[in-house]
Amino acid sequence: MGNSFGLGELGFLIQGLKWTVLLAVIAFIGGGIGGLGVALARTSTSWGLRRITAGYIAVFQGTPLLMQLFVIYYGLGLVGLTLPAWLAVAIAFTLHASAFLGEIWRGAIEALPKGQFEAAKALGLHYVPRMRDVILPQALRIALPATIGFLVQLIKGTSLAAIVGFIELARAGQIVSNQTYAPLLVFTVVGAIYFALCWPLSLYGTHIENRISRTAR
Amino acid sequence: MPSTTPSAPAGDPLIVMEAVNKWYGTYHALRDVNLSVGRGEKIVLCGPSGSGKSTLIRCINQLETIKSGSITVDGTRLDDSSRSVDAVRSEVGMVFQSFNLFPHMTVLQNCTLAPMRVRGIPAAQAEATARRYLERVRIAEHAHKYPAQLSGGQQQRVAIARALCMEPKVMLFDEPTSALDPEMVKEVLDTMVGLARDGMTMVCVTHEMGFARQVADRVIFMAEGEILEQADPETFFRSPRHPRARSFLGEILAHH
Ligand SMILES: Nc1ncnc2c1ncn2[C@@H]1O[C@H](COP(=O)(O)OP(=O)(O)OP(=O)(O)O)[C@@H](O)[C@H]1O
Ligand SMILES: [Mg+2]
Repeated sequence: MGNSFGLGELGFLIQGLKWTVLLAVIAFIGGGIGGLGVALARTSTSWGLRRITAGYIAVFQGTPLLMQLFVIYYGLGLVGLTLPAWLAVAIAFTLHASAFLGEIWRGAIEALPKGQFEAAKALGLHYVPRMRDVILPQALRIALPATIGFLVQLIKGTSLAAIVGFIELARAGQIVSNQTYAPLLVFTVVGAIYFALCWPLSLYGTHIENRISRTAR
Repeated sequence: MPSTTPSAPAGDPLIVMEAVNKWYGTYHALRDVNLSVGRGEKIVLCGPSGSGKSTLIRCINQLETIKSGSITVDGTRLDDSSRSVDAVRSEVGMVFQSFNLFPHMTVLQNCTLAPMRVRGIPAAQAEATARRYLERVRIAEHAHKYPAQLSGGQQQRVAIARALCMEPKVMLFDEPTSALDPEMVKEVLDTMVGLARDGMTMVCVTHEMGFARQVADRVIFMAEGEILEQADPETFFRSPRHPRARSFLGEILAHH
């Protein structure tokens, strides 16, 4: 017989939440680093780098995240790499986030006035200080709302990790629901947790967006 | 000296452009341009829109790359090596029509960035230099403001100070007053006149003929990517020889 929904069950959901957050954080940090590399490669003077990263972005934007998870999770197994589930999933999410963040940031870099690049070059600033001190701070600021928007998508997207047997928040909810026979209650709680996680971020994104459009005027 | 002789300035020149050709795709933007700029010389470059004035000065610090010919700045010949580009850019200051200050940095940070990053000057020293030049363009009291908090004329003066902080050997100006409200033109021109008085080598694209008269050693007239005429300002304004220069001056004067 099933249990009723009590503290133990809530604790189990919180365990799942921990993995959800951890996965999102890993994906976001990994994707932040990877995305920066992708954005710089996309805006570089090297034709080869631009082509390769364009292909990479096209593949990850053009296929469902679920397929990416499958292919990476089972693909790594096929080539003999037996990684813990969480690591395989983290790699998949990092690759996914790198493609999307890379594309968001490329757009922001290219949206900057040409004069910013030219003034930096004319002052003799090399590529690294030019990007680090002049271009990226401005580009990341422009891209902040879209970046936060993507982070929200990413947090919700982590629920797909359940498909490969990873017990994050959504999967934990499913398990508890099966045990308690109270799906409506359980998924309401699960939904509320996702909401509590994502809503403040969305609000913050909107706030930043308003502030940017105000100062741009 | 006959007015149309491409005057080779005395001493070894700071900038030498020889047979420079520049193409934008199929468009021939600079045609066999020869120009040499002496140390301390002030040149005003004028000509109709699209004649290649910006292109010419942007080639000097390799914001544009050339198809053929050679450009030498202070003895360094610009080739494709990044070393030559670095060497030239750190000696050549540039001021743009649209100011191009870095909006996320204060005035002071705008001025100290390149000296610190390119020359490796310690922060305190870079700041002292920056304050000195901000003083010189009479804007020191705004050092801690952001560019958006300043008027156009103030921003352009900061841009001049920012370039000066690298202690360049030559300053390039690309229509520095064209984007300014009329009442701010003078403060920027005055700054440039001051700079000229202090002996800076200057190449200025400008249609401010008063400035040209006051400051220029040589006025160069371009059309369709070619240098058509060069002369001292008195001669050029009094008796331009080329018909295109005459009609150009007629238009300019009609507007002033
Ligand atoms: N990046 C570019 N790509 C293609 N064509 C260009 C580019 N930059 C300039 N040109 C063209 O080259 C020619 C010369 O341009 P340039 O900007 O040097 O003229 P200018 O004399 O500075 O004109 P203006 O007085 O309008 O500033 C113009 O016909 C222009 O359209
Ligand atoms: Mg121009």
